[in-house]
Amino acid sequence: MAKTTKKLIKKSTGNQLITCGMVAAVYIAVQIMIAAGAMSSLMQGLLVPMCTYSIVAIGLNLCVGYLGELSIGHAGFMCVGAFSGAFCTKLLAGTISNSVLLFVLALLVGTAMAALFGFLVGIPVLRLRGDYLAIVTLAFGEIIKNIINVLYIAKDTDGFHFAISDGNSIRLSEEGVWLINGAKGITKIPHLSSFTAGVILILLFLLVVFNLVHSRSGRAIMAIRDNRIAAESVGINITKFKLMAFTISAAIAGAGGVLYAHNLSTVTATPANFGYNMSIMILVFVVLGGIGSFRGSIIAAVLLTLLPEVLRGLSDYRMLIYSIVLIAVMLFNWAPKCIEFRQKVMARLKKSSGKGEA
Amino acid sequence: MMKKAVSVLLTAALAAACFAGCGDTSSNSGTNDNSGSSVNNDSDANAADDGSAADGPAFKIGGIGPTTGDAAIYGSAVMNAAQIAVDEINAAGGINGYQIDYKFEDDQSDAEKSINAYNSLKDWGMQILMGTVTTTPCVAVVDKTLEDGMFQITPSASSTDVIGGGNVFQACFTDPNQGTASAQYIVDHNLATKVAIIYDSSSVYSSGIEATFVQEAEAKGLEIVAEEAFTADSKTDFSTQLQKAQSAGADLVFLPIYYAEASIILTQANSMGYEPAFFGVDGMDGILGVENFDTSLAEGVMLLTPFAADAQDELTQAFVSTYQERYGDIPNQFAADAYDAMYTIKAVVEAANATPEMSVSELGTALSGAMTQISVDGLTGEGMTWQESGEVSKAPKAVVIKDGAYTAM
Repeated sequence: MAKTTKKLIKKSTGNQLITCGMVAAVYIAVQIMIAAGAMSSLMQGLLVPMCTYSIVAIGLNLCVGYLGELSIGHAGFMCVGAFSGAFCTKLLAGTISNSVLLFVLALLVGTAMAALFGFLVGIPVLRLRGDYLAIVTLAFGEIIKNIINVLYIAKDTDGFHFAISDGNSIRLSEEGVWLINGAKGITKIPHLSSFTAGVILILLFLLVVFNLVHSRSGRAIMAIRDNRIAAESVGINITKFKLMAFTISAAIAGAGGVLYAHNLSTVTATPANFGYNMSIMILVFVVLGGIGSFRGSIIAAVLLTLLPEVLRGLSDYRMLIYSIVLIAVMLFNWAPKCIEFRQKVMARLKKSSGKGEA
Repeated sequence: MMKKAVSVLLTAALAAACFAGCGDTSSNSGTNDNSGSSVNNDSDANAADDGSAADGPAFKIGGIGPTTGDAAIYGSAVMNAAQIAVDEINAAGGINGYQIDYKFEDDQSDAEKSINAYNSLKDWGMQILMGTVTTTPCVAVVDKTLEDGMFQITPSASSTDVIGGGNVFQACFTDPNQGTASAQYIVDHNLATKVAIIYDSSSVYSSGIEATFVQEAEAKGLEIVAEEAFTADSKTDFSTQLQKAQSAGADLVFLPIYYAEASIILTQANSMGYEPAFFGVDGMDGILGVENFDTSLAEGVMLLTPFAADAQDELTQAFVSTYQERYGDIPNQFAADAYDAMYTIKAVVEAANATPEMSVSELGTALSGAMTQISVDGLTGEGMTWQESGEVSKAPKAVVIKDGAYTAM
């Protein structure tokens, strides 16, 4: 019976269903736990960050797994999304009172801005062969962070005030508000993110990437990854498809940034949240979860966001344990000997269970 | 296919194990809390009956700050100093006869981690928050304490963005205060005519002080000849900034930055042969403890800080010797602020006549109301009082580094 249903549904569709079903199941389980009061404040506080990092990891996985290009600047796109989204919210908070509408607008602006930057970065770089994308995205992330740290935008009755690096030159009237205040970033952002919004976004982006990957364009993108010359020879427009995948990837990261910014009341561009380390962290989610596996990215992002917090009891040793766990999981997943061992164990398990059934 | 099945199974197992693990810990702590509180309830019923509160419930005070990462030295100082204060208070019979339970969580000076730390303390049963140490995380946490109505006093988050909610109070000066006070001090004591500033434009703290310093300096007619910025990514070489300051003829360099960068600036200025006066703010405190730094270079550096470890009063000396005995270093101003913050909590709880049985928000309302009526004598100032906004008023003190130690000017 199981086999016939499997045949009825295409394998890829089945895979999609499992992933989306998993997300939905976790969502329902969490809601039940919250309703039953069985969830600690710490876990509840971690729900939105888990969604944020899952979304960014999905975005990066599209770039690394399907486009086959390494990007180590996804925190930069997240940063663009976070700041443009939060900026939009700050600007419109007075005029629009519906928080859902406000958040959707912020999401659209943040995603569009990140897509725009992804597109601009991609135009020159994706024409090249080799690891240039990694280098340029790395630089991009650092540049964005530094630009935001010297950007001053304020609004008062006289209209908008802009300044680069010289925030002192802006003299605000009494009721003036700072929209972006240099290193202080954006403060007093309304708290609009929620776990529900995060899960809806994850499902939405899963739908987007699954459809993209299994579409004609997706096959073209993977053809470029597998053999650029062969793809070129059958008439695939290399730059166009590369740009398409990279822009979507950046846009998804931007949406993650919007979610991030509206979860905290303040957003600043520091090395800790949007720096190079965060980009690497997202890459770790992708690699650990399995390159090309969106489900794996989500699981890895969730686990690695949880881990340091669950280990809080170990105080300062948790950093040590955290890195050891990372190494161990990486070895377990990818070391040839480990894979061999796992297969052996599985074969034996299967044999014994087969015997048991017989 | 097989391989995939295996990996799915394993990740599932891992996920399950992890969730189970955290489920366990949370449920454990939950049951602990429950059992703890039920015990407490029993005993406070007894206490109420007997009229004695020796084993009664305790105030649960949480602390948040970076004990790992770049800003670890500040978080650790706060953690240690607050522990000393808690031990002293407990040994002296507690607050209103109730003991204090104190727990400190690490936030790595990151807003997101700080929220996690806050939530984990909430799970522990925190009633009053003494934190957070650094500004940006504090802005994020303030949002949460406001939501929960929790009383919060921050030892060292000095931005004006932190206060204003009505439930948050500062034990330290606000950034604008420091900038203004520094400029005033320099003018009043005729320390310089031409001033250069080197500041960290990527730091909220540094750029905040810089902005108000410039405003006050303009108002007082102090000439600023160079305003040089650096960022968190370029804080290892300051020769360009120093050269500009030198060629502009600055006779005083104002450094509203933390001591780690300041130590590099002093070293590089020395190797350039540039010898202006250096003037810092409270972040400069700690410069004598930098590893591999020739402390003789810091001779004559002035800094505006509310605390000098070599002050002769009894309170400071007792605190410094206890701190040195227990943790091995000389406490900095962060430690002093934290010590004062803890005693401020004691004072305000006594003034409000609060008890640990009160809910978090009841406690928050009661303490916030009483905060404006108290006056605290601490390490960082005599007769500290608070405004409704949360700002503290106390007098700044300037110290100068003489013979490898901070000396009051």
